[in-house]
Amino acid sequence: MAHPVSFDLQHTLHELGHYLPAQAPLKDFVHHNTLHAFQRLPFHKAVQTASENFGYTVYWNLEKYRELYHRNKINPEILDRIIISHKSADELSRWRHLLLHSPLAEFSEPKIGQLRILWKKHFNLNLDKEVHQNLFRIISAYLDQGISIWNFPVESKGLVAGIRTLEKNSFSSFIKSKRARQLLFNNQTKIEDLLDVLVGNTDRYAQYLFDQQFAHPGWSGMVSVLENHPESLLDKRVITLKDLIFLECILEIDALDRRRGSNWSALAAYIPDHLPGILDAPIYSEIIEIHKLWQEAMEWTYYDQVIKGLQLGPEKEEKPTTTPPFQALFCIDDRSCSIRRYVERFAPNASTFGTAGFFNLPFYFQPEHGKFMTKVCPAPVTPLHVIKESESKLRHQKDAHFSKHTKGIFGGWAISQTMGFWSALKLAKSIFLPSETPAMVSSFHHMDPNGKLTVSCKNPDHKHHGLQIGFTVSEMAAAMEGLLKSIGLVADFAPLVYIMGHGASSVNNTHYAGYDCGACSGRSGSVNARVAAQIGNNPEVRIILGERGIQIPHTTQFVGGLHDTTRDEMVFFDLKVLSGVNRVLHEQNLQVFETALDYNAKERSRRFQTINSKQAVKKVHDQVKLRALSLFEPRPEWNHATNALCIVGRRENNRHLFLDKRAFLNSYDYRIDPEGTHLFGILKAVAPVCGGINLEYYFSKVDNQRLGAGSKLPHNVIGLIGVANGMGGDLRTGLPQQMVDIHDPLRILITVEHFPEVILKAIQTSQSTYEWFANDWVKLVCINPESKQALVFRDERFEVYEPITQTIRSVHDLDGLLESTGENLPVFLIA
Amino acid sequence: MIHQLTISSFVILPLLAFVISLLLPKSKESGFSMVAFGMISLQLLTVTGYIGYWMLSGSIPIDIPELELYNNGDYRFLLDLYFDSIAAVYLWVGSFITFLITRYSRFYMHLESGYKRFFNTLLFFYLAYSLTVLAGNFETLFFGWEMLGISSFLLIAFYRDRYLPVRNAVKVFSIYRIGDIGIILAMWASHHLWHENIAFISFLDEKLVAHHLVAHEGTGLFIAVCLLVAAAAKSAQLPFSSWLPRAMEGPTPSSAIFYGSLSVHFGVFLLLRTYPFWEHQLIARILIGLTGLITALIAYPIARVQSTIKTQIAYASIAQIGIMFIEVALGLETLVLIHFAGNAFLRTYQLLVSPSVVAYMIRDKFYHFKPREITLEDTFPKKLEYSLYMLSLKEWNLDHFFNKWVFGPVKRVGRKLDFLTPRNLMFIFLPVYAFGLLLYFNQEYIPMEVLPYMPALFGFLGMLLVFKAFSERTYPRLALMLVMANHFWIALAVSFNERFDYAQTQIYLSGVIVAGVIGYWALNSLRKNEPNHFDLNKYHGHVYEYPKLALVFLIAALGVMGFPITPTFVGVDLLFSHIHEDQYFLAAFDAISFVFGGIALIRIYARLFLGPHVKNYHPTALKTS
Repeated sequence: MAHPVSFDLQHTLHELGHYLPAQAPLKDFVHHNTLHAFQRLPFHKAVQTASENFGYTVYWNLEKYRELYHRNKINPEILDRIIISHKSADELSRWRHLLLHSPLAEFSEPKIGQLRILWKKHFNLNLDKEVHQNLFRIISAYLDQGISIWNFPVESKGLVAGIRTLEKNSFSSFIKSKRARQLLFNNQTKIEDLLDVLVGNTDRYAQYLFDQQFAHPGWSGMVSVLENHPESLLDKRVITLKDLIFLECILEIDALDRRRGSNWSALAAYIPDHLPGILDAPIYSEIIEIHKLWQEAMEWTYYDQVIKGLQLGPEKEEKPTTTPPFQALFCIDDRSCSIRRYVERFAPNASTFGTAGFFNLPFYFQPEHGKFMTKVCPAPVTPLHVIKESESKLRHQKDAHFSKHTKGIFGGWAISQTMGFWSALKLAKSIFLPSETPAMVSSFHHMDPNGKLTVSCKNPDHKHHGLQIGFTVSEMAAAMEGLLKSIGLVADFAPLVYIMGHGASSVNNTHYAGYDCGACSGRSGSVNARVAAQIGNNPEVRIILGERGIQIPHTTQFVGGLHDTTRDEMVFFDLKVLSGVNRVLHEQNLQVFETALDYNAKERSRRFQTINSKQAVKKVHDQVKLRALSLFEPRPEWNHATNALCIVGRRENNRHLFLDKRAFLNSYDYRIDPEGTHLFGILKAVAPVCGGINLEYYFSKVDNQRLGAGSKLPHNVIGLIGVANGMGGDLRTGLPQQMVDIHDPLRILITVEHFPEVILKAIQTSQSTYEWFANDWVKLVCINPESKQALVFRDERFEVYEPITQTIRSVHDLDGLLESTGENLPVFLIA
Repeated sequence: MIHQLTISSFVILPLLAFVISLLLPKSKESGFSMVAFGMISLQLLTVTGYIGYWMLSGSIPIDIPELELYNNGDYRFLLDLYFDSIAAVYLWVGSFITFLITRYSRFYMHLESGYKRFFNTLLFFYLAYSLTVLAGNFETLFFGWEMLGISSFLLIAFYRDRYLPVRNAVKVFSIYRIGDIGIILAMWASHHLWHENIAFISFLDEKLVAHHLVAHEGTGLFIAVCLLVAAAAKSAQLPFSSWLPRAMEGPTPSSAIFYGSLSVHFGVFLLLRTYPFWEHQLIARILIGLTGLITALIAYPIARVQSTIKTQIAYASIAQIGIMFIEVALGLETLVLIHFAGNAFLRTYQLLVSPSVVAYMIRDKFYHFKPREITLEDTFPKKLEYSLYMLSLKEWNLDHFFNKWVFGPVKRVGRKLDFLTPRNLMFIFLPVYAFGLLLYFNQEYIPMEVLPYMPALFGFLGMLLVFKAFSERTYPRLALMLVMANHFWIALAVSFNERFDYAQTQIYLSGVIVAGVIGYWALNSLRKNEPNHFDLNKYHGHVYEYPKLALVFLIAALGVMGFPITPTFVGVDLLFSHIHEDQYFLAAFDAISFVFGGIALIRIYARLFLGPHVKNYHPTALKTS
């Protein structure tokens, strides 16, 4: 059959893959911008396009903005300033009135799905209802990673090939209609042939496929991700979006034939001429405009305080008189924001640093006995090295409740009458006395702290799955140099330098990977921290570093560690190598860390409404620890909720501010990087990582139904790769309601301490990085390190920004303030 | 006395807690959980204590005639409680699991917008559970049984702003109601068998049972089969099985307590409860055993191919319940009780930890991966293997079974009456009904050969109206009125049978009229406010803007369907007692229209008030979620 050129299947498949949700299977869950497909457009235009085409809600509720305004959480002065800057001073009163009083209006009907409803309209057939159940069952059974006991019986050669084999050799079938069966069995059948039967008008093929696939974006997105990243399944499957579409078209033809007999025809005849196509550019919409202004006003109300706060930083460079007792590197993660504040509070002379938690060491980790390798670096990076573990004593316990025997007839019979009663006791215990179980995820179980790691490379030619085992000395030195220079730690080394990775612990949490370190691809950062410390202690590395201007005294030793952000516990690795003196010092520091952890837990508890935050510190901490072990706790911790800031600069210049655990803090000293090379390295990672986290929270919050995963309470695990509601639903992407409850949807503000021209040069180095800033997906503000002048990046250039906030309140009794409220707090000066 | 007080308290305490939970303000989260947890803790304590006391005093079954709702001399509607070892085990297991789940949900449900609704429904469920378990006669059991149906509907549709939970809730409710036909007919037949509302304790009198069964062997078997249908529906046995996995739409703890453990074992309970009645009917025992056996054999491969954790647990549980049916049929009461308790605990726990399966199994794979393990089925001939696999993946078409054989035909019949509209209904209904009344008052003019067919004819007419209500797509008010009209036809039909007190008809119809008028008012005001979003063609989700109206309509609909909040409920039973033993058709028509009337009303409620909201000024869910 000849097809006109107006339809290009490859192009449409590519487009579909681009717009579908790009969420990996649960085990590899990494935060990303939910609307990444629209990133080429400026933020407001992009979200409007997304909303009008796909029916997403892209701003918060109008009522919510108004409520914030009336509670003084949106500054009227800032609102006016925003209106004037976007409209004009003349229109101020009109727009202010609209913002405050225009009635709730419905958004326009989304363009997606307009073709699909024609089936119902003209043939009285709910095609989704007919097709989805079988389609979901088939893909889910095909992709299943280990829930089903009896797997898809045909060896994986592709979805359609598998179904063909099954349908040909079975007495039972999914596809009954003769025509559909013929189309399926004919190896020559193309998708275009099927679309010809269904749609009949080549101009609308692409739109039809969009409608079809966006009726179940979860499954389609998953298939598209697996097509491009087959490695994210442990049990490999061959699958393509094309196969999925082929199968779905066949099922549709089958359903129509079955239900309507010969009494139906292609949609072409019924498509109204004026029906808009998908992805047409949006036109001006007043209701969108109103939301946009509110959104900006809400954001700038917060940004304004932060900018003012940063300007109030120390005027002069204070050269520390003594060497600090210790230095500690933490992950840039917003959860490190508060723990660092407490470490500094209880060890005022110590200094802390923030950097991406893989510590500039991209590699795969191969645990002993593990059948696979785990990537422990940012998701877009493809490592060339592997670190292998040996002498591990770590063993994972079994839990018979997950055993397949409980599902059998005789097994089930015997087990229910014996172990069934044991389950009752176990359940009672886990409700009243939560404790560690094999079902839980513990950050400390990622690696055996007493095992050995192959950090240094013995022989570069010896490869493991094509990867070099360990790093060579020069590679180690280069990585270490990059790490230390980018955070500005090049002199005045303390006797102990801690390198702290982080991870999280939880139970009954399908999204557990999203709680671990994002810079380690959703894994605990323990291996990276330990490897980084070992490299830092390597004498050969130190020689090279010395040659490159970083003199690390012999007395200085690096210690790797792990901070469990859920339980607020820390462990430290390889303490045996410490010198006698340092061992004593470490013991002292340990007390600082312990106290800091207690207080951090207490601060976090103000957000856990089921804990009384006013109790004694230790007591609160004990209750916080239990959350990680409690089956019934859907919020073991708040993860990145409330994140709104990323501050790139020296810690001394923001240490005076209370930022309420809302900031990603990246240490950076402009003085050792006048050209901005390290800055580029930082921003290249910060924009997609922090921006990605931030926007995923943003969109999951404003539209938890379509861009988020909805409440996690009814979630059902599908094939170990995703979750759905109940039995027959589509896979849910984005974050569950329970992760974003307390989040305010603000775009992230990135402040950089450097000169504007250097920053501009840095962000323009790479187009994909620049896109984030130029299109306002993240807001960028430059703080001039000398004048403290603030410049905001707008319309691709820096403009001077004068904060409206005049003073920042300083708090004396921070502890008292913290336990008194569970709400977001403004910026304070720490007295 | 102590027995009466304690056993009554097992029902009264949950009732009290339920009422208090309704009155508490929505904002006080801790209030609900404290009331629920306080009640259930107390209940668990007294249940445990009482069982100990009861066992020490000889484990003698106790019957407590509780509350007489109606008595006219030859008919008595009595709430009756009964306590024996079956009740003891069910009550204790139920209380213990509810105790754990209440505590669990207190934290799990934190910040969920339906917190209050959840605890209300949970307490309502527990009340229904206790009442059913302690029921001493069919009437009381049916009371609890109906309450279970509604609480189940409310829990499945807990996420009422999404499409699938609502659709599945209606589906499960419908299948439950189909099963209820079994209970209604069993009640009707047993009236005629015993000539009274028999108390379960009388079943223990072997001579009495044997005496009645000898004379009416057919009726005995009929009752047993009806009970089996009711039991199979509640316990998701064939051909009803497919509802159970579809019911897993609520928050995990509610799925665990309801479908994992307690509710799904009620079929087994009903069989245990009536065991002395049918134990000497070999055919009944064979049928029950076979149902269980076939279910187990079919549910097992279905469980094996499921790729989602909750459906897998559901089918595994169905298979075990199938085995319990076999055990009951074999008369192994103690074994059944142990099996029930163990299965309930096991599945509850498995469901509660089901989200952990990702982390656990992925880790397990990571360390112990074996590519393609050979399963049992791989040894079968390919064609057999593939066929079995495909069949199991399709759940043996069980889900289509009811659509194709029950709901589809009913809809087709209903559509034949599409000429009815709210405008012309009164013009058609009133004259026809007036004609019926005319005939009723002038029966002497009706030929003797025709007269016996009149009741069934009217019953049939009523049933047709209900079918129309069930299939109505455009006019919600019409559907409501049709269900009401059906009650009038039933009353008329039964009146033909014998001259009885009008008061009885009044009891029956009074509830229908009051509830119907309220329901009509609710629909009317909704129509006035939302003229563009007022039909039954899709789900509208009006509860988002009209939560109070939705509640009013729900209560009214319950009244119209004869739910035990209006006198209609007593009336239904009362009227059924006037249907003669040989009027199988009339009984069937009435039972069917009673059941479908309920489904039609819940359908109106669901389509107008539940589902994704039609207005998009706030986020709404995609249809596939």
